[in-house]
Amino acid sequence: MSIDIDTARKVAHLARIRVAEDDLPKLAEQLSGILTFMEQLNEVDVEGIEPMTSVTPMRLKRRVDEVTDGSYPEKILANAPDAREGFFAVPKVVE
Amino acid sequence: MSLNKLTIAAARDGLKAGEFTSVELTESCLSAIEGADALNAYCAKTPEIALEQAKAADARIAGGDAPAMCGIPLGIKDLFCTKGVASQAASRILEGFKPEYESTVTQNLWDAGAVMLGKLSMDEFAMGSSNETACYGPVVNPWKVDDRQLTPGGSSGGSAAAVAADLCLGATGTDTGGSIRQPAAFTGIVGIKPTYGRVSRWGVVAFASSLDQAGPMTKSVRDAAIMLGTMASNDAKDSTCVDFPVPDFEAALTGDIRGKKIGIPKEYRMDGMPAEIEKLWNDGAAMLRDAGAEIVDISLPHTKYALPAYYVIAPAEASSNLARYDGVRYGHRAHLGAGEGIVDMYEKTRAEGFGPEVQRRVMIGTYVLSAGFYDAYYNRARRVRALIKRDFDLAFEAGIDAILTPATPSSAFGLGEMKDADPVEMYLNDVFTVTVNLAGLPGISVPVGLDAKGLPMGLQLIGRPWGEGDLLNQALVLEKAAGFTAKPEKWW
Repeated sequence: MSIDIDTARKVAHLARIRVAEDDLPKLAEQLSGILTFMEQLNEVDVEGIEPMTSVTPMRLKRRVDEVTDGSYPEKILANAPDAREGFFAVPKVVE
Repeated sequence: MSLNKLTIAAARDGLKAGEFTSVELTESCLSAIEGADALNAYCAKTPEIALEQAKAADARIAGGDAPAMCGIPLGIKDLFCTKGVASQAASRILEGFKPEYESTVTQNLWDAGAVMLGKLSMDEFAMGSSNETACYGPVVNPWKVDDRQLTPGGSSGGSAAAVAADLCLGATGTDTGGSIRQPAAFTGIVGIKPTYGRVSRWGVVAFASSLDQAGPMTKSVRDAAIMLGTMASNDAKDSTCVDFPVPDFEAALTGDIRGKKIGIPKEYRMDGMPAEIEKLWNDGAAMLRDAGAEIVDISLPHTKYALPAYYVIAPAEASSNLARYDGVRYGHRAHLGAGEGIVDMYEKTRAEGFGPEVQRRVMIGTYVLSAGFYDAYYNRARRVRALIKRDFDLAFEAGIDAILTPATPSSAFGLGEMKDADPVEMYLNDVFTVTVNLAGLPGISVPVGLDAKGLPMGLQLIGRPWGEGDLLNQALVLEKAAGFTAKPEKWW
């Protein structure tokens, strides 16, 4: 499976990473190379094998659904590039 | 001998006996760090915090309440969140980020009285095998045998270089595909990746959550046992961190491995393996046999598929984990032009903030998770992963106690030598280590010898799940038999 320039452009957009038009051919070539490397997996017979979801067979820990933390908005906002009046500020989203 | 050259075990004993103070020990490390900027290992130095913690440790030792790590100066990989101290995962996208909280691992260390010297550089978001993807520029290996500067390996390259050059007594590392064990091998030190779930991941910047695990990087096997005992804990903040009690790993170091069965997997004997690595491997097996272990040839038939499976699963998880870096809550935000909206902000921020290797992996991950490819790539890789784990399960069920393999396919290579290589060529560095992460097992890299160039080479021991104590004991036997005492000659 090889990735063409249109697919590379689409993947970059899905990943929300801006890639200049001039850089797309090289990117497509590198992504294709990596995918070719992955094609080896097609040689393996995985019939009847369940996908591995956890390393140790154990039930994921459960806890009561209750508030155990919070009430420090100033700490949450401390590292924001733009915070105003207790909120994260971003460019206008809705017209 | 300068105090910074001590092992953790020796420093612990010296502190307890009152031979020196933690402040003296810490000052010795701080002055070694000041003289080692050429190695570029520390990306943030925290001498004020260090001296304050050292004073507190001295008071605690004087009071008779001193856990093993009390007063021991450490370096911390930049992937761990440390409260109020820059924690950047060596990425531009986290520029200026100072966490409001402390990772569980570092909190455990500070609670035990350990001392933080600073943060250690690494490959960006732990993606790399040479430390060349760090936004701070590459770390340089203290080992040098000609005019070339060598890589310390990666991703925990700053940790490895700092321990090897005595810029700390031990360091924290993290290992997703070999990021503790490969740099440990490249710098002649010990590094252990514990069983997945032994150490909390809370507060460690996530790369691939089903593979990431933190561990110690130290000058000796005993030090690794001591430090792991403090790093490991039960933690309600990480649902994958197990509730098993943390054993006394140091007490497991009996030096007796008689009757243990050590497996030698034939699939690790790769075509084109350097003769020196092959010889090292045979020598290591002979050392364990001489100590009374039984050497058994075994087969792990799906080994060949570990790397391609890893390079589907790890980028898939990374693309999801790294979605949080969007310029809203922390770190870098791109400057926007007139009329640019929120999607422009995301795309420009991530293009400016992520380096090329991180961008590639995020995009590969996005691709393999996208509609139409999820089953063909991601689910297939997870099924192959189940087979890789089953290979190990069957070997352990057949009575194998541990598995001996090379740690890396070569010794340290020169910085810049892989610059024009295909990304996949760099991935081959992980060929012996990545299976261990996929199967969730503990693995340790032990320095065993020098190659003809005079560079360190390591062997890897892979243990049973939750069997770190036995694994460290087997590693101790290998360490003793190999008698590796070489240190890099100071040139920096």
